[in-house]
Order: sequence, then C-alpha cells, then structure tokens
Amino acid sequence: MTAVELLQFARGPALWASLAVLVAGSLWRIVGILRLGSKPDLSEPRSSRLLAGAMRGIFARMVPRAEFRLRRKLGFWNGYLYHVGLAVIVFGYLPHVFFIERLLGVRWPALPEPVVFFFVALTFVSLFIALMERLADPVRRLLSGFDDYFSWAVVFAPLATGMIAIHQSYAPGVPPAAPLDPWPLALHLLSVELLFVWLPFGKLAHAFLVFASRGVTGAALARKGAAL
Amino acid sequence: MPGMTPLEASRSPDARVAVREFVAQAGRDAAFQLEACVHCGQCADACHFHLTSGDPRHTPVYKLRPMLKAYQRDAAPFSGLRKLLGFAPAELTAAELHAWSELLYDSCNMCGRCTLACPMGIDIASLVRRAREAMAAGGFAPPDLYKAAERALDTGSPIGVRWPALRRQIELQQEETGLPVPVDAEGAEYMVVLSSIEIMGYPEVIGALARIFRHAGATWTLPSAGFEATNVGVQIGSREIAAELVSRIVAAAERLKVKCVVSPECGHAYSALRWEGPNLLGRRYGFEVVQVDELLERFVREGRLRLRGKDARRLTFHDPCQLVRRGGLGEAPHRLAAAVSANLVDMPGGGAASFCCGGGGGVSAIHRAEGLRFAAFACKKAQIEATGAEALVTACANCRNVLEEAIEHEGMTLPVLGLTELVAQYLDNDGR
Repeated sequence: MTAVELLQFARGPALWASLAVLVAGSLWRIVGILRLGSKPDLSEPRSSRLLAGAMRGIFARMVPRAEFRLRRKLGFWNGYLYHVGLAVIVFGYLPHVFFIERLLGVRWPALPEPVVFFFVALTFVSLFIALMERLADPVRRLLSGFDDYFSWAVVFAPLATGMIAIHQSYAPGVPPAAPLDPWPLALHLLSVELLFVWLPFGKLAHAFLVFASRGVTGAALARKGAAL
Repeated sequence: MPGMTPLEASRSPDARVAVREFVAQAGRDAAFQLEACVHCGQCADACHFHLTSGDPRHTPVYKLRPMLKAYQRDAAPFSGLRKLLGFAPAELTAAELHAWSELLYDSCNMCGRCTLACPMGIDIASLVRRAREAMAAGGFAPPDLYKAAERALDTGSPIGVRWPALRRQIELQQEETGLPVPVDAEGAEYMVVLSSIEIMGYPEVIGALARIFRHAGATWTLPSAGFEATNVGVQIGSREIAAELVSRIVAAAERLKVKCVVSPECGHAYSALRWEGPNLLGRRYGFEVVQVDELLERFVREGRLRLRGKDARRLTFHDPCQLVRRGGLGEAPHRLAAAVSANLVDMPGGGAASFCCGGGGGVSAIHRAEGLRFAAFACKKAQIEATGAEALVTACANCRNVLEEAIEHEGMTLPVLGLTELVAQYLDNDGR
C-alpha cells in the first residue's frame, strides 16, 4: 500500500468504521449497564428534587471541595491541564474545525495557531507528567493496569502524530488532495481512529460515564439531604 | 450454598458464593460508578487510614477490587468478549477474599469522606457497603462481626444487653431524676430506641430524655422489646440480619402505635433505620423516623425547648459521619451544640468533610483492627488539638466511646460529652 492509498483508507473506510465502533460500542456499554436495573428506594426522601441533585452532582464535582484541594500536588492540577489542553486542540485548531464540519456540518471560529500550539506544548508536557506520576506514585501505580497505560498511549499518539503533521506542504492549487508527504497525516488520522475504536471499551469511556456516575450519586445524596 | 445464612457461611467460606453476591450487588447505579473510575487515586488522600498508614492498599477504591473483578468477569458489558479474548480478570479465590477482609472491614469506616473527594462522583462508601454483602455471604467477614451478629439475633443486642439490664438502668435513672420513664406506653407520640453502648456506658441519656420530653410536653416511651437501635447487619453487610434487626423496631413501633421513632445518638443506627430499613423490609413505614438531636433542634426552633445558660468551657463538636455527612442532618446537631455552648470552636476542616473517629462501620467491634483504628485517630487528633478545646461534644455514642478509648490511648485528657445530655443540663424549667 502506498502512502497515498493509506491516507485514502484513513480518510475513508477506516474513519467510518472507527466512528461506527465508537457509537455502537458506547451505546452497547451504556445499554448494558442500564439493563442491570435498579430497585425503587422506599425510604421517605428528605428531598424529592432528584434531577436538581443529579445536575448538582455533575457540575459541583468539576471543582473539588475546599478540603480536598491538594494545592501542592502537581498531579491534582495536571488533570485540568491536559483536559483543557486537549479540548483546545481538538475544538480550536483550524484543520480540526474543518474535519468536524465535514463530519457533522457545524463549524465555529478557530483559535489562532500560536494559541493552539501553546496548548499543544502544554498538553504534551502535561501528559508526560501524568504518565510519570502514574508510574512513580505508589497509589496510582497500584491502581493502574493495561487499560490505564494503553489509554494513555492512545491519547498521546494523536498528539504526537499531529505534531508531525502540522504545516504539511501541498501541491499548489490542489488542496484538499493529499499533501506532498502523505505519511504524517495518514498516521495522524489512523491514531485518532484507534482512539475512537478504543474509547468505548476502556477507561476513556469516562468521557460519557462521568455524567452517569456523578448524576447517580448526586441524586442519591440529594434524596437524603446528605453532603455532596 | 443456596439458603445459607451469613452465620452459617462463616463456618465454610466459599468464594463462589461471594462472587455471585458481588455480581448481584452490581446493579445499574453501582455499575455506572464501578465503570467510571479513572484510577486517579484522589480518594487515597481523603482516607484517614491511608493518610496515616501510607499503605497504597488502603486507597478506598482499591478496596473494591474484588467486586470490580467479579463484575467485569461476569456481568459488565463486553464481559463475554473479554473472556473470549482472554482479557477477563481471573476468578476470585478464597485466599484473595480472606486478604481483602482487612481492606473492606478493618480499614474502612464507610465514613464516605472518599465519596466527597472522588472527581468522578463515585459513592465509594455505598459500594463498600454492597461489597460487604458479598464478603459476609461468602464467609469472609471478620469473625468478631459474625459473633456480634449472632449475639444481636439471639439477645437483641450486639453486646448481649437484654431487657432486664435496660430495666435496671431505667429504674436507676428514674431514681436519679425523680421522673417516670414510660415503657410500652401505647399511643405515645415518640418511641425512643437506644444503643447498647448508651444503655451500658452512658445510661444518663435515659434521664436526660425524661427531662427533655417532660419539658417539651411530648409523650414518649421506650419499648421493652425492640429497644436496640444498633444494627450489626449493616456493618457486616447482611441484608437478612439487618432486616431482622430493623423489623424488631418496626414491630415495636406498630405495636405501640407511635407517630415517630426516635433514633438515638448512633450514626449507623440512624442510617439502618431511616435510610436502609424500608428497603430491607420491602415496604414503607407508617411512622416518621427522626434522629434525637435532629428532634431536639426542631424542638428548640419551635420554642418547645427553652434553654437557659450555656456551657462556658471551650468546646468543639465532632461530626458523626453517618449523621452529618451521610445522613442528611447537616448543621442541625452543630446548631444544637451551639445553643448550649458559649464557646464552641469549629474544627479546621470540620462539618461535612470532617474526619471519622475511626471506629464507625463496625471497625470498633473488630478486635484485630484496634492498631489501625488507633493509628487512624491521628487525623482526628490533629483536628481536635487545633481547636484547643477543653472538651469534645458529639452526637453518636459509638463515636464517643471510640474517641474516649483513643484519647486515653494517646495519653490525652479531654472529656467527651453526649449532646442530648448537654442539652438536658440547660433546660429552662422556670414555669414548667
């Protein structure tokens, strides 16, 4: 397979197949959990505003309670860094905005390149710090398994390959055909597709499970009038 | 083995029974939470056992590992695919579950501080409660808790307190206060249940209640059967035992046709009766359940209790986890303490996220856990010492007992007061 053919594969069948796995796998996981069912709580509720409790659970946990803000712990703040960094890169970089527009038909103004590149550098360092902490901290090392390290690699790969794919040269007057050197873009797309394929099956599914987990707890604690 | 009670199971531990129960406990809500963990380890920094031992195994979410493995192997989405590809977790073994008994019981008070800290909103404490169901059913709970459960089922009390012992304490309190303590009074507004620790260790609370109810002009009673509020079933993790113990209180309340059952100064008793009870029995109650200090604070707000004078000492309040953090009482006990204390000092980090005494969740009944419990007290001790308090007030007799033991163990001199008794000392009886 030539580089151009690989890029065509990454832009075509591989993209659609990976998106299909992402959607189907995520639905399978959610429906699989929902099917486990739950029993009604017969205790007299202190509050019946369960939806408000669930929403409060979802939003309140974005910022830890004052008692748990571990100001001196780098790992604590680092989590915010790479989440924000990834969001800026995915939704703010012009080629990504075009990519999302082609997929979903919606677009928004991109961020200036220097801003995005600053976040690329920040996220790059931040992801390495996350990995180092996972390896060095006895608690996180004990908790971690294949899923944790593979998921890290699957998130890091699009960042690394994306950095190589920045500022590709195109033959004059023919974009959006293949760049003069198709390898970096093909690898970048394939790495993103690997992320799509892996997301529903491992811990990266916290991207959607977090809302269910926080919501369920928020509603249960609100029912009791307990601290959140 | 089907149909075996946890007490029978304790004699022949079986990992397969535990696995079945782990899976049964992983319903929809629990599964969403088990699946959401990102292994960030932040719960470790919230747990007083981990903070004092530094042992990574004391990380709260790690304690759930057997439940997670059983769920991932047998019930989670993709579990079939995982097995097919050889990625499923290995089957749990009896040796593994014996080893985890220390993590799920000795080093966890189910205090829920980790729940407040988890960025994914995982209610780790409630998952530990569920995991204990499997451990108890499989025969892997600590022997001390099986023995306490057996005593509770046989005698009505985990420490073997029977009605004659309570009757004697009632007689002494009637002599002390000169007030009647109604027993089995049908149609009373309030039926009070007590914990064995109160009956044997702090019987003055009975006299205090007699003074308070008389002052408030409310009718009340103690039941001669079903008087024990504590519930070792929720501590060991056996819904059968928990349901049996709750049903005795419910039967007494229905026999005496009371409007309200007053749960005593005991955190887990409130949790068992107020929140778990109806679900254990599979039906709603026909009466209200209220915690005693919640009721007294209500009486004060309504003007039914008039107070005169305040304790002048520098006091600080220890928040019982199952009341303040998990039970929904919030600020009520603290407000009540402030109503009778002229110099109440807040602990740094006190309130909903305060540290546990170290003895909740049945830990105080596990003899082999004593070393861990005393070590974990360091977190509470630091909070207490920062206040410079001359005495500690709390709203849970188990906390009180555990704190007294730890204070003595540390060579400290600090009295620990019960809130109900403190309130009874400052009743304004002029004209009443």
